[in-house]
Amino acid sequence: MRIVAVTACPTGIAHTYMAAESLEVAARAAGHEITVETQGSAGSTPLTAEELAGADVAILAADIGVKGRERFAHLPIVEGPVKRGINDAEGMLAEAQAAVDAQPAVDPAAKLDTSGKVPANPALASVVAPGYKPGPGALLRTWLMTGVSYMIPFVAAGGLLIAISFLIGGASIATQVNGGTFDGHTYKEISDVTDIWGQVGIAGVLYYIGNTAFSMLVPILAGYIAYGMADRQGLVPGIVGGLLAVSIDAGFLGGLVAGLLAGAVVLAINRIPVHKNVRGIMPTVVVPLVSVTVVGILMIAVVGSPIASLMDTITDWLNGLNGTNAWVLGGLLGLMMAFDMGGPINKVAYTFGVASLASGNQDIMGAVIAAGMTPPLALALSTVVRPKLWTTEEREAGKAAWLLGASFITEGAIPFAAADPLRVIPSLMAGSATAGALSMAFGASSPAPHGGVWIIALIGTPGLWLVAILAGTAVSAICVSFAKTVGRAPAATATEAGASTPAASLTTAVHG
Amino acid sequence: MTITTADLVELQLPAGIDRAQATTILAQRLAASGRVTDQEGFLADVRAREEQMATGLDGGIGIPHARSAHVAQASVAFGRSADGVDFGAEDGPATLIFLIAAPDGAGAEHMKILGSLARKLIHAEFKDGLRGAPDAAAAATIINDAVAV
Repeated sequence: MRIVAVTACPTGIAHTYMAAESLEVAARAAGHEITVETQGSAGSTPLTAEELAGADVAILAADIGVKGRERFAHLPIVEGPVKRGINDAEGMLAEAQAAVDAQPAVDPAAKLDTSGKVPANPALASVVAPGYKPGPGALLRTWLMTGVSYMIPFVAAGGLLIAISFLIGGASIATQVNGGTFDGHTYKEISDVTDIWGQVGIAGVLYYIGNTAFSMLVPILAGYIAYGMADRQGLVPGIVGGLLAVSIDAGFLGGLVAGLLAGAVVLAINRIPVHKNVRGIMPTVVVPLVSVTVVGILMIAVVGSPIASLMDTITDWLNGLNGTNAWVLGGLLGLMMAFDMGGPINKVAYTFGVASLASGNQDIMGAVIAAGMTPPLALALSTVVRPKLWTTEEREAGKAAWLLGASFITEGAIPFAAADPLRVIPSLMAGSATAGALSMAFGASSPAPHGGVWIIALIGTPGLWLVAILAGTAVSAICVSFAKTVGRAPAATATEAGASTPAASLTTAVHG
Repeated sequence: MTITTADLVELQLPAGIDRAQATTILAQRLAASGRVTDQEGFLADVRAREEQMATGLDGGIGIPHARSAHVAQASVAFGRSADGVDFGAEDGPATLIFLIAAPDGAGAEHMKILGSLARKLIHAEFKDGLRGAPDAAAAATIINDAVAV
């Protein structure tokens, strides 16, 4: 078997080379051909096109981003932490052999034709280049991207299921399951999940499943941010912190806080010197217990209470705005909708829209829906128009974002916002404010609390409502495309300019 | 350019020490030789690296290391411990400990030498040679010969 391999570790002076040597020794002993690209501090000799084309399998032993991962798109990939390359090269070779055996026989020329396709397991791009010591910003981004990469499948599964349930059952499906009022009809909440099938049908069931997947977005985001920071010990406090972020209505920004907090707490606990006898129970008992307690108390007491009072304050303030210029109110609601996408501020704006419906004002709901649709749409647009600004994984997420945005599932924008909040969120707010203000100025109205374009038949002045959405989408797409080019880490720019591979998107390996 | 000398070798690390103490003992050697300019600063960088992922490896090896602004010259301090020092490897404590110091922003030459040392760590004859080295000078020679390009 002909193997191409990449080894990479955070410092790039020891493990990278040990893993390379270990893989080379083991491969030669077993009679395989191998070429290893050591992405370490001494610079790396890139794999040649011939080596890549002639290879049967790729082995990646790395704890940081593998540079130029898309080069292996045509190969089965065996992947592990760099230590596995050192300690268990034989095991990785055996897996590689199994992967090759599982492949249908094809000639090398045919294999190359597929090299443009997306890897089966597209990992994330990051700014970590070999030999580049990540600064705090790059490190933070790597952690956030770890969380986002695990969250994206939940967004895709949940969001698409909800959108599909609207398509086959009508947008009132959500209200039929959860209870509430939709376009004048009032439904009772179905409390027994097994009754959904009989009462609402398959669409209701799909909606419920999708919603359940969605309920895991923030816990998974928080859990895997902490995992990125502190390895598996971070998972428990991260996930519990994320669940608490949901309970206190802190949204995905609360999830970011919970994840970073959990990772930091675990790292801090592990700094405390402990007696040898206690060391054995540290990872199984002490660290989980202490970290969950600390993160939980911080989330409820320090993060939760201010959020609750903030939501009350903003709700009072919004209610006091009655009589303001309609388009100003629409713009404000737009800003709020895009600020935290499902978090406290978004929730206040959305609840304000639903409450207005009850009091007979349908314009506000129209503006809220328009403003909530533009974030995923704008990001989807940007990934198509300026693909190089986005990672492979983000471009994939962008495809689903079209449908999520059209369905008023603002959460479709969260993966992009969580990975790079400072650039993405203000851009999305600008477009949502535009959409909200225009929708109000046009007097577009919605009698239904959700549904996106699928309730277009119910919308008052639907044509102008769509204009508002398109304008908001364009504004956000332009802003975010611009923001993404500002203040990027020099390493990322250098890599993009210097690499011959498309977009030079680098991948972060998943630890352990 | 040699990456180690007899002064940087400690063949009898005391029993019962932990990885921080072992690293400190070896860092003192590097600081005394002038290869590390700020012992505390360098140790902080090594700790930061160690926290990312323990550097213990199967077969009784510990390789605490860092690229640091407090390193003047690519160097290795070598310590041998009869009892072993826990470096977090799954199969037990490390008996051969290499504290690898790389200068921040060093050229590729320095890094190649350290890379070739790392490659040697895989090979049993290299490790056996160090386990059997009669004195510090012999151990230093084994290490320097191993990375001779």
